[in-house]
Parts: sequence; C-alpha cells; structure tokens
Amino acid sequence: MSSPSALKDHFRETRLFNNRAVIALAVVIAMLLVLLTRLADLQILKHDTYSVLSDNNRVHIRAVPPTRGLIFDRHGVLLAENLPSYSLELVVERIDDLDATIAALRKLVNISDEDIRRFKKRLKRERRHKAVSLRSRLSDEEVARFAVNRHRFPGVDTVARLYRHYPQGSLGVHALGYVGRINEQELQRVDVANYEGTDFIGKTGLEKFYEDLLHGEVGVERVETNAQGRTLRILERSPPTPGLNLYLSLDVELQRIAETALGDNNGAVVAIDPTDGSVLALASTPTFDPNLFVGGIDSKSYNALRDSRDQPLFNRALRGRYPPGSTIKPFIGLAGLEYGLIDPSVSTYCQGWYMLDGDDRKYRDWKKTGHGPMNLSGAITQSCDVYFYDLALTLGIDRLSQFMEPFGFNDLTGIDISGELAGLIPSRAWKRRARHEPWYPGETLITGIGQGFFLTTPLQLATATATLAENGLQLRPRILAATEDPDSGERVWLPAVRNTTVPINDQANWDYIIRAMTQVVHGRRGTARRIARGAHYKIAGKTGTAQVFGIKQDEKYVAKDIAKKLRDHALFVGFAPVDNPRIAVAVVVENGGSGGAVAAPIARKVMDHYLAEVKLTETKAHTDTVAEGMP
Amino acid sequence: MSLLGPSNDGAVGGRVHLGGRRRTLAEALHIDVPLLLLLLALSTISLMVLYSASGQNVDMIWRQALRLGVGFSILLALAQVNIASLKRWTPWLFGIGVGLLLAVLFAGETGKGAQRWLDLGLFRFQPSEMLKLAVPMMVAWHLSDHALPPRPRRLAMACLIIIVPTLLIAKQPDLGTALLVASAGVFILLFAGISWRLVFASSALLAAGAPVLWYFMHDYQRQRVLTFLNPEQDPLGAGYHIIQSKIAIGSGGLYGKGWLNGTQSQLNFLPERSTDFIFAAYSEEFGFFGILLLLVVYLLVIVRGLLIAVQAQDTYSRLLAGGLVMTFFIYIFVNIGMVTGLLPVVGLPLPLVSYGGTSMVTLMAGFGILMSIHMHRKLLPR
Repeated sequence: MSSPSALKDHFRETRLFNNRAVIALAVVIAMLLVLLTRLADLQILKHDTYSVLSDNNRVHIRAVPPTRGLIFDRHGVLLAENLPSYSLELVVERIDDLDATIAALRKLVNISDEDIRRFKKRLKRERRHKAVSLRSRLSDEEVARFAVNRHRFPGVDTVARLYRHYPQGSLGVHALGYVGRINEQELQRVDVANYEGTDFIGKTGLEKFYEDLLHGEVGVERVETNAQGRTLRILERSPPTPGLNLYLSLDVELQRIAETALGDNNGAVVAIDPTDGSVLALASTPTFDPNLFVGGIDSKSYNALRDSRDQPLFNRALRGRYPPGSTIKPFIGLAGLEYGLIDPSVSTYCQGWYMLDGDDRKYRDWKKTGHGPMNLSGAITQSCDVYFYDLALTLGIDRLSQFMEPFGFNDLTGIDISGELAGLIPSRAWKRRARHEPWYPGETLITGIGQGFFLTTPLQLATATATLAENGLQLRPRILAATEDPDSGERVWLPAVRNTTVPINDQANWDYIIRAMTQVVHGRRGTARRIARGAHYKIAGKTGTAQVFGIKQDEKYVAKDIAKKLRDHALFVGFAPVDNPRIAVAVVVENGGSGGAVAAPIARKVMDHYLAEVKLTETKAHTDTVAEGMP
Repeated sequence: MSLLGPSNDGAVGGRVHLGGRRRTLAEALHIDVPLLLLLLALSTISLMVLYSASGQNVDMIWRQALRLGVGFSILLALAQVNIASLKRWTPWLFGIGVGLLLAVLFAGETGKGAQRWLDLGLFRFQPSEMLKLAVPMMVAWHLSDHALPPRPRRLAMACLIIIVPTLLIAKQPDLGTALLVASAGVFILLFAGISWRLVFASSALLAAGAPVLWYFMHDYQRQRVLTFLNPEQDPLGAGYHIIQSKIAIGSGGLYGKGWLNGTQSQLNFLPERSTDFIFAAYSEEFGFFGILLLLVVYLLVIVRGLLIAVQAQDTYSRLLAGGLVMTFFIYIFVNIGMVTGLLPVVGLPLPLVSYGGTSMVTLMAGFGILMSIHMHRKLLPR
C-alpha cells in the first residue's frame, strides 16, 4: 500500500470512522422514529378519520328504483308490463372530451341527433356525477359491441333498466294512458327522494291516476365502486317495495270490439256496469301506440300525432264535450213526469215545427212532415222534437237544469283516469256568469232537445244512463277493480262508491221512461229498431244526433258544401237487459250522421259480447261450488 | 446481536484464522449470510405486496422475480471481485459515467418528459444509475490514500467530484437521482470525518440557496413542492396521489385490512401502487405492525452494513461501505416520507420492494460491493 502521506494515523482514523458510524446509526434510528411517529399518527390516532375517507372513496349510496306495478284486465290479460333493456349512460365528469366520446360512441351504437339533443337537455338538470342516459333500449348487438370497447370509454357504461311496455299496443290506450320520462314540473310534485333512480312517471290515464300505487317505494343499496366509478359489489341493500299490480274492470276483448266497431270513425264508446260502476270498456278513436312515448317519442312522430286533424291524442271518452242531442230526451221526459207537468196519455200534435209566441222563428222537427199526435212514449220512441220543445217550455230552464243536476252532467264523474272534463248544463245563472247575457226562451227549447249550450262527455252519458238503469243510484265509474301486492299476492278489492242518489217522486215515472226507451229499440217505430233484430235480451236506449254546425234560418242545407267535419254527430245511449241491467253504454260517433244507423249498432255489439260473457260466467258460477270473481 | 453471524465476531477482538478450518460454501462464494437473508426477506415481501397491489397480476410477479434474479446474480458477481481491483477501476468507472451523462445530454432519449436514457442498441441504459455507485466510489478513492479528515484543497476537489455529475443529472432533469447521487458523495465526506462546523455551515448555505434552486426548477418540480405544501389545494389533480396514499395508510390501522383486501389499492384509488407508492399499499393491508416488521428488516440491513463498514480494513472500503449503506437509507426515508406526506413527491422507489428494474440493479450491485468488502478481508492475527 503506497502511502504518499506519512502522516496517516490509522488508529486515529479508525476511531474517527467508528465514531461517525455510531452517529450515522443514531441518525438512522432517529429518522426511522420520525417516520414511525408519522405512521402512528396516521394509522392509530387518525385511523378512524381515514377509515371513513376510505369508505367514502369506495362506498356509494345508490337508490334502487322500485319495479312499477303491472296492469291486468278483468280476466288477467296483461296490459302493462316492465321489460329489461340496456341503456347507454354517461357520467360526464369522468369524460375529458364529451363531443369526441359521443362521436366515437356513434361508431358503435346508433345515436341520433335527437338523442344527443335530449341527452344535453337532461344533462342540464341532472346532478353532478350522476349517470345520464344517452340512448335507451339498446339492441343486443349494440350492447355487445360496446362491451368489447368499454375500456376505451371511461365514464360510459351500459346499465340494465326496466322500461314500460304495453303488449296490447294501442288497444285501450285512452284508458291506460302511458308513462314517460319525468320532467321538471313532475319532479316538483313528487317526493324527490322516492323518485331517485326512477326514470318514468305516469303521464296520462290510469298510469297517471294511480301513479302512487304503481310506483312503490324506493330502496337503497350501499355499493363498492372502484376509482373509475364502476360498481363492483353490493355491500348492503334495503330492497325497494314494488308498486302494486292493478286489476282492472276493463275487458280487453270488449275494448277491442268497441274500438273495432268505431272503425275509422272518430268517436268514443263507454260501457259501465251499472250495478257497481265498473268501467267495462272505454274507447276513443283514433288511438295511438303508447309504446312510442315510453322511450321518449321523436319529435317528428309526435308532431304527426299532435297535428293530425283526427286528434288521436285527444281522449274523446273523457274529454270530448258533445251536445247530447236527443239522448237527453228521456231525462227531460222524466223531469216532466216527476214535476207532474205532463200526463203521459195526453198527446201533443207535431206538425214538423214549433214557434214561440211573439217570435217568427221556426223551431224545426228533424222530420219535416211532422209526427202527428204524440204522447211522451211516442215522442221518445220516435224522437219527436216538437213534443220536447213544448215540454221544455213548460218546464222552464230553471226546473230543467235543476232536474239534470243530480245526473252529474255539470260535474266530473270522478272516474279513476286522469284528465276527465265535465259537461255543462245551461242555466240562467251560468249564462249570466259566463256570457254576461240574459237567458232567452228560445234557448230553453233547444236545450230540451239536447242542443244549444248543453254539453256532455260520453262518460257522463254512460254514467247518467247507468243511473237511469239503477233507478237513481249513481255509482262512481271506476276502472280499477283490485290491487295486488306483488310479493304476497294478496288482492284487495275496491268497494263501489256512491256518487249521488237522484230523488224519486214516483217510481212509476221511471218505469214509464224505461218502457219508452225499450220501445226505441224494440218498438215498431223506434229509431233504433234495427238493432233489436236477433237480440236475445231487451235493450232500453235512445238515439241522438247532435248538430255540429248551426244552419241559420234562411240558409239552405247543401250537403256537398258541408265538410264531413261539420256533419252531425251520431249518438246512442242504452242499457241492457232491461229487467236486470248489467251494462250501460254510451256511443258517440263524430260526424257519423244518424244515431240509430251508426251509433246504436256499435252499442249492440258491445252489449252482445258482454252479456254473453256474463251469462257464461254466471252459469259457470252456478255449477261451481266455489264462487270466484269480482264481488 | 445474532446479526454478527457465527463467523463474524471479529469486530471486537480481531479475528484469528484457524488454519485447519475448512471454508464454508458461503465463504467460498464470498457471501455474507445475514445480509443475504435480509435481502431475501425484502424480496419476499416485495413479491407478496406486488401480487396484491398489481391486482393479482402473475405476469408482473414473474417479471419482478426475474429482475430480482438478475439483481442477485449481479450481487454475486460483484462479491467475487476483490475490493482492491474495484478501487483500481474506480477512476475509469467514474470517467465513463460522466462521459455517458454528457452523451445522454446530447444524444439521450426522452422518456416521461426527461432525458435519462441512452439507447445502446440491445437495451436502454440509464447512466445516472451508474453514478449512484461511481460518485461515492470516486470520492472514497480520492480521499482514501491521504490523512483523514481531508485537507481543504482535497475536500474542494471531492466536492467538485460530487457537484459535476449531480448538476448533469439535475439537468436531465432527474431531481430524485441527483439528490441521491449528491448525498451518496456527501455521506463519504461525512464518514471521512469532516468537521461538524463545516457541515452546519454548508447546510445553512444550502438552505439560503433554496430560493435559487426554485428558480432553476421545472414547472412540474415546482408543482410537486407546492402540492407537498398543500395537497388539498388540488385534490383531483396533483394532490390526489398524496391524499389517496394517506387514506390508504391511515385506513390500514394497527393490523391492516389483510392481504389482498386493501380497498384503496385493489379498487384503483391508490395511484402508482406497485411502484413508488407500494409502501401505502403495504401499509393498508398489513397495518402498523406490518410496517414495524418492514422497518426492522430495513434497520437490520443498515446495522449489518455499518458493521461491515466498521470491520473494513482500509479507508476506501470503509468509506464506500458507509456511503452505500446510508444511500440505501436515503431511499427508505425519502420514499416513506413522500408516501406519508412528510416530504414532497420525489419519485424514489421503496428499495427492493417497489416494482421496477434499474434502481434494484444498482442497489444489488451496492450490496455486492459490501459483500466483497467483507469477504475479501485479509484475516490475519493482530
């Protein structure tokens, strides 16, 4: 070992080095203690805090939307169900370039401009870090294509959801209604917490009316997610309470018959069981497919529906306010009898027109030549206008409108379908209030034949007819028969609810009117006599024709100048069998022309089907030892 | 201390070589058994934690095992080299190292925004790693044949040996390695016995010079310091690493969440969980007691290393041994300090545990040199 410096002192250097080595070890131990102190601080003192933070990282509370209740008809035919489907959902906070991501997604999944527009709209009102649906109801192929490319799209995922489906399509759509995506106004009405995670809400009809029953209670689950927000497993779950299943009194076959019978006509059919108010059929044509609205209808299809001259979205059965025309005559006649103003055996002479004193306006009968001498029964059977002009004048508008009131023409019937409108019984008070005009005697005359200001909905007509059939007892029309708890299968049947009871002066008067209505169908000269052919039961009914277009006194009626839109509405009300009423029907065919020729046959078809069915089940119930079915 | 081993009790009374005694296999292979066992223990911990932190990625385990194999081979190879030869080669090694640094500066490849790599055709090589050994070796060589503590002129030269490569590495820029290379050199100086007055004075000078350092820093380096000072200011950006790391460690508690059960690492909340932040993944799953065990193993490595230094027979060996051991400790301290939020994020791995190759090779080479120093002693009776 060459040593340039002879001054090297090995002993001293070794001691110096050992000294430094001990110091180094001391420093190392001291610094390790610093680290340990820090670690003890994090892991022991602040352990609870960091445990919470760690759980917050991985554990998220997530709402579990309840399954919406199913809807069945009276025979258990499925009307509304929930089908699983995948929707493509984006958490935009996790996406760097939204437009680029959407552009890339469009190569895998069919996404329309409309989808994007609606996605951006939804995005604005959703909370941050919440998944927003871009496309719903992906095809299996699209789901698979995305699954393969999922790693390329952080913040994008397919989510299995249930969507509402109406297997009967357009059938009964005006009774059922439909669900659609919740909008902002609806969110303000509902309990937001309960609708966390729910996409759809009842928009119209039954779906809207029974939203509370159908929706159920939201559940909650605590899920573990990774840093990318993907759910890995469910830690804890309080399951949602599913909505109740609804069993309707509606009969799908009867509904189909009613809608088919209306055919291409715009119109409505309402059939009610007068004994308990059950709605058996509620048709309004034209119809539309409610399934279009579930996923969000595209604006082109929606505009086509909205702007159609036939107004398919318009619920004529509930909201169509039509003059009742001659269908009101039995009620006017009953008023005359109950007030003791007419003797049914006394006839009035019908010369084809009627004039008021001091007025040279002619109030015409529909039959130009006149009916000749007419008593009340004949006037109802043949629908003589002159008789009722005279009777209305005798009654006066005050007594007339007062008598009509308890039949419910001025009120909502209270049916369990959303969107109902009330009709209108004209009165002095109403005219002064609404029109700021006095009442003119001529208006009393035309009110007596159900024209002028008088308005009723098909539902009101059916309800009033049922009231007539039940001798004044009016039950609230309702379409829901029973609710069913989907878990326990327990069914709760709804009791009938009385709306009103029309006071009766003399039962003989009611019987007289019903006999006269029976003559309308079964009498030799009845206006609806053609539907009596082949009927194995007796029908009490009344035809009606409601003027849409008032022809002025001096104008000529030129048929070809009058568009179909302006032709008379054809009406029919009736119930059957007369001695044991089981069904009351009201039919309105817009611009159909004659009530007897167009509206009455539709009612007959509905009655035929239903009464055959009743007979069948009653025979069966008779033979079975255990009686089943509705109470 | 059992660490002293059966054949290494010569620290106190000197060692008497019994001529008739046959050499053991470990002696023949120049292996220090206690040190080897400790390193194997660390390797086992590394593979276990890695298996969990990588999400049970067996490929990664194999690659890491392969690297460990290469590391141990290098260790063995260097252990066979007589320390005297290594001392002779020191100036050459240092010269080549600095030359390569210059080459990187002009012809290096850019990786992750920094020029650190040199493409040698067959493999890419990071010359700065080499300097982690070459600098302390050169300083030890420079001081070894003269009286200690060094005279001022010699000391100034030693400082130059440290500063030139440090600046070259800092310029790449690779602050972590620069820091490590500089401290490796400085540790040699400390072991050489420079006066404490000088140490404190230069420390004070450095502290005063910190603002100047700030001026020369890159944006991302400044960001790291800022993030360190206040990680909450950007919890989803730069501060995310530290916050998630602290959550992982803190939520581990005394006993940990159990192997493979760390939610922070298994669910990807913890970034860099198999490399620089593997300590957080380990802490989460094994808790405070697990950490105690790991730190004890590290401490035993250091104790063993310092014993080797103390028992070394020439100045070059003991200075180098001390410097290498303390550099190893710097890795541990800076990494754990960074992961627990005590120090800024400086991108240093947890030695022998983090996933990754280059630093492990250097560390293993260092331990190989330690073994060479210990096993090539001339064991003569005093």
